[in-house]
Amino acid sequence: MSKLLEVKDLAISFNTFSGEVQAVRGVSFDVAKGETLAIVGESGSGKSVTTKSLMRLLPTPQSVIKRGQILFEGEDLVNKTDKEMQKIRGKDISMIFQDPMTSLNPTMKIGNQIMEGLIKHQNMSRSEARPKAAELLKQVGIPHAEKRLHQYPHQFSGGMRQRVVIAMALACNPKLLIADEPTTALDVTIQAQILELMKDVQKETGSSIIFITHDLGVVANIADRVAVMYAGKIVEIGTTEEIFYNPQHPYTWGLLGSMPTLDDTDEHLMSIPGSPPDMLNPPKGDAFAPRNSYALKIDTELEPPMFKVSDTHYAATWLLHENAPKVEPPAEVKRRMAGFSKTGEFLKGEEGEDQ
Amino acid sequence: MARYIAKRLFYMFVALFIIASVSFFLMKMLPGSPLSAQDKLSDEQQEIVLEKYGLNDPLPVQYVRYLGNIVKGDLGISFQFSNTPVTKIIQDRIGPSMQLGFQALVVGTILGVLLGMIAAIFHNGFLDYSSTLLAVLGTSIPSFVFAGLLQWVFAVELGWFPVAFWGGFEYTVLPTIALMIFPMATAARFIRTEMLEVLGSDFITTARAKGITEYAVVFKHGLRNSLIPLITVIGPMAISLLTGSLVIEQIFAIPGIGEQFVNSIMVNDYPTIMGMTLLIAFLFILIVLVVDILYGFIDPRIRISGGEK
Amino acid sequence: MDQNKLSKDMFEPLEHKEDTSEKIARPSRSFMQDATRTFVRNIAAMFALTVLVVISVMSIIGPSMNEFGYDDQDLTRAKIPPRIPVLENISWLPFDGTMTETFQGTNVEDATAKAIMRFKTEEEFVDVKVLNEGNGTRNSAEVDVTYHSYQALGLDDTYFWLGTDNLGRDQWTRLWKGTRVSMIIALAAAAIDLVIGVAYGGISAYLGGRVDNIMQRIIEILVGIPNLVVILLMIIILQPGIVSLIVAMIITGWIGMARIVRGEVLKLKNQEFVLASRTLGASTGRIITKHLLPNISGIIIINTMFTIPSAIFTEAFLSFIGLGLVPPEASLGTLINTGFDNLRTYPYMFIYPAAVISLIMIAFNIMADGLRDAFDPKMHK
Ligand SMILES: Nc1ncnc2c1ncn2[C@@H]1O[C@H](COP(=O)(O)OP(=O)(O)O)[C@@H](O)[C@H]1O
Ligand SMILES: [Mg+2]
Repeated sequence: MSKLLEVKDLAISFNTFSGEVQAVRGVSFDVAKGETLAIVGESGSGKSVTTKSLMRLLPTPQSVIKRGQILFEGEDLVNKTDKEMQKIRGKDISMIFQDPMTSLNPTMKIGNQIMEGLIKHQNMSRSEARPKAAELLKQVGIPHAEKRLHQYPHQFSGGMRQRVVIAMALACNPKLLIADEPTTALDVTIQAQILELMKDVQKETGSSIIFITHDLGVVANIADRVAVMYAGKIVEIGTTEEIFYNPQHPYTWGLLGSMPTLDDTDEHLMSIPGSPPDMLNPPKGDAFAPRNSYALKIDTELEPPMFKVSDTHYAATWLLHENAPKVEPPAEVKRRMAGFSKTGEFLKGEEGEDQ
Repeated sequence: MARYIAKRLFYMFVALFIIASVSFFLMKMLPGSPLSAQDKLSDEQQEIVLEKYGLNDPLPVQYVRYLGNIVKGDLGISFQFSNTPVTKIIQDRIGPSMQLGFQALVVGTILGVLLGMIAAIFHNGFLDYSSTLLAVLGTSIPSFVFAGLLQWVFAVELGWFPVAFWGGFEYTVLPTIALMIFPMATAARFIRTEMLEVLGSDFITTARAKGITEYAVVFKHGLRNSLIPLITVIGPMAISLLTGSLVIEQIFAIPGIGEQFVNSIMVNDYPTIMGMTLLIAFLFILIVLVVDILYGFIDPRIRISGGEK
Repeated sequence: MDQNKLSKDMFEPLEHKEDTSEKIARPSRSFMQDATRTFVRNIAAMFALTVLVVISVMSIIGPSMNEFGYDDQDLTRAKIPPRIPVLENISWLPFDGTMTETFQGTNVEDATAKAIMRFKTEEEFVDVKVLNEGNGTRNSAEVDVTYHSYQALGLDDTYFWLGTDNLGRDQWTRLWKGTRVSMIIALAAAAIDLVIGVAYGGISAYLGGRVDNIMQRIIEILVGIPNLVVILLMIIILQPGIVSLIVAMIITGWIGMARIVRGEVLKLKNQEFVLASRTLGASTGRIITKHLLPNISGIIIINTMFTIPSAIFTEAFLSFIGLGLVPPEASLGTLINTGFDNLRTYPYMFIYPAAVISLIMIAFNIMADGLRDAFDPKMHK
């Protein structure tokens, strides 16, 4: 598979009144054509900042790309002007946001909001764009599409609005679709529907997806690969199987342990103690060390590099160093890891059955 | 929506009724009658005048007649200008006041919106600070101070505009500027805050993510959403125009309602005072009501949900 | 990084002495401390506060800083321009007690004669600077005439720092006396508005139910009545004076405060900490003073800060159109009124009171904005 997107050592800071907030501190990953990459992590770990920077949507005077490259089809987006970015936004890369209640313009009709991108990128006239917009609404499962085009966002429910946002994002058949926690603000049942919709869309259009979430459960369902972020860095990245069956980073263990499973009768939900570090003054060494019961002395001194676990699986923890003591994940996590493989709760498996 | 309007109309009439009644009884408490404005009259002549104005009847009778006349659109006869009905005075004088008020409101709002937009777009830049400073000065410095300075500098010293009185368009320039400062500053401050909030909201990021030009983002998405709530400050702006007209018309000797109102107070012309009071109250209440209803119609969020507040 | 150089002992487990990650990075501060800090850091607001303090102090001590009384009339010394010791020697400052005007005539003598007539003085007290010799035709000659008013009136050792008004009263004394009166009116009106508004709004919200309903209907009708109309009506029937102005302003002035306070109290009334203390048997008085008042104090202060400048404006506005105070009483409005009548020939009579009222209004508005930011948790850094 060829690479659609390659992010290399990306670092982003915000200049605030209190000082420099180092929101992203050297992130590298790539996305292949047609692939779905999930980015997971607690809120504040830099997921949104990373992905917004891919479209250069961060507020300009405050945010600075300190270093790194964003290679989209081989071209570095970091050096593009705003004009050049406008040609890419909505056409090659588009985005779905977290809160459908606020991500639509309340005073503009849905139809016009969908048509805007079509008119801009496909050189359509309004009369050409209108049927296309209706078609898009149908595609995302909104009935009475022609009538709905003339309505305002508040006339739609939350789930319906998110479908509208998805329709807007799909309007110009983007090569890369970024979904920033698209289901977090929705009811559980609606969440499942939206996830299904996104999977269908991908099957139809073959576009790549970057799917952001803080909920590992959602990831199992949709992703080919998973990147785990903590304090502005990717601490573990691998295929979905690798992350679920063979997690290496204690933070990933924590995330897995805090994820409810369906088959458990006596739930032992673990939680990760403490809270993420203040990105104004990121700690020396491994940022996760203060919350990590497996922390080593070296963690307070040196940042761990990415250790290779397999060709597709890397993790940034000193535990993988040859000198480190051998530790096992907590029993609870191991039980889950086993559980995943046993119940096949993975959608990967289901997807196979689907096809 | 209909129920809401009905309720508001009801309150409007109650308020007007109270103003009419209170002003009636207050004026009755005061000394003075049409006679004070006249030369010495014989007793019979006085009697005739009092009879003509109905001032010999018992108070309740006068009160009921007064209310009845208001309903018929008759505001009585001026003491100061004998035989001239108050409604005639109002008719003669409302033109200049309306013209000035309208010009000031329109020009002031447009300039204010521009200033506010510039401030928001260049947030924390030099243009932001200057237009914010301008807005603070505009809302703070009293209109009569502005009017005095304008008249002194541009009419007396430089001679660019007439010093006072009412003639062609050039006579309206300085009073319009003096009147519009407050609406302009109010609109500028309001739009700046509103734009900053709107430009920071999620749907603006969505719009940018579609790849449309920054111009379209700011005008089609940002400005529209900031302009709708601007309607809510039209009330305070209109009040400032009503207040302003009292001083500005005096300063520039404009034959409008405000100047007449102040004059009538000076010479104790009670029927005119009461008529003008009712007129001003009516205008004020009407504007607030219209603004409220308009808002319900323009904002799609309220429009559909039936305008319950 | 050469990983082989890492010593073995660095890979021993780290003993967590205490979990420091839970510690809140910043020192904890109360809301009031946060608000104060935000306010103190607001440069514009602090500047405004300084201006207000200076003006207030001047309004107290200013009138007694020289020997003139605010209503000492003396027509012989009317309309004298400002003159200040020391500063009078700096030529570009308008404080040397002279007046300069340009006069025209058929020739220089004619123009000078006009000037002498205008200043009602004699030749020895004017300096004449010829701008244009003239050729005998009408208004062809032009002269700048500087009139030394203090010498002409035999007041060589007298200094009217801001000049005198049309009746020869000292402007400095009147300006600060007037500022004092305007401030007193505004502060009194704002304070009474505050008391009535808080009481009305608080009672309405706290008692709720039927009482609240009735009190709200009354307010809904009253807000329909424009302030301006009420104030004018009151002014017509009351004798002009400080008390009348205050009364006129408070008749409808408290309504805004009442509505705000009611809204806030309603919000607070059902919050858990209030419910909890009520369950614990706290008395109504205690709930109001311990829980409600401290929580609405911010919004009360902000609202009052906006009321004061609008009261100052109202006084000045009424006095300006001749319906407020009347000279010899001094207030910013009466001073501006007198100044406006003499604006063309004696601009200093208008400029100084106009500047003071503008400064007061600007400072109060900026300070109120600053307070609003300070009480807004979003603005705390
Ligand atoms: N506009 C901004 N100004 C300052 N700091 C910001 C801004 N946006 C995000 N940050 C900071 O960047 C960090 C990462 O935020 P974000 O990417 O939104 O996290 P999440 O993983 O929840 O999406 C946070 O510490 C946040 O405070
Ligand atoms: Mg986020």
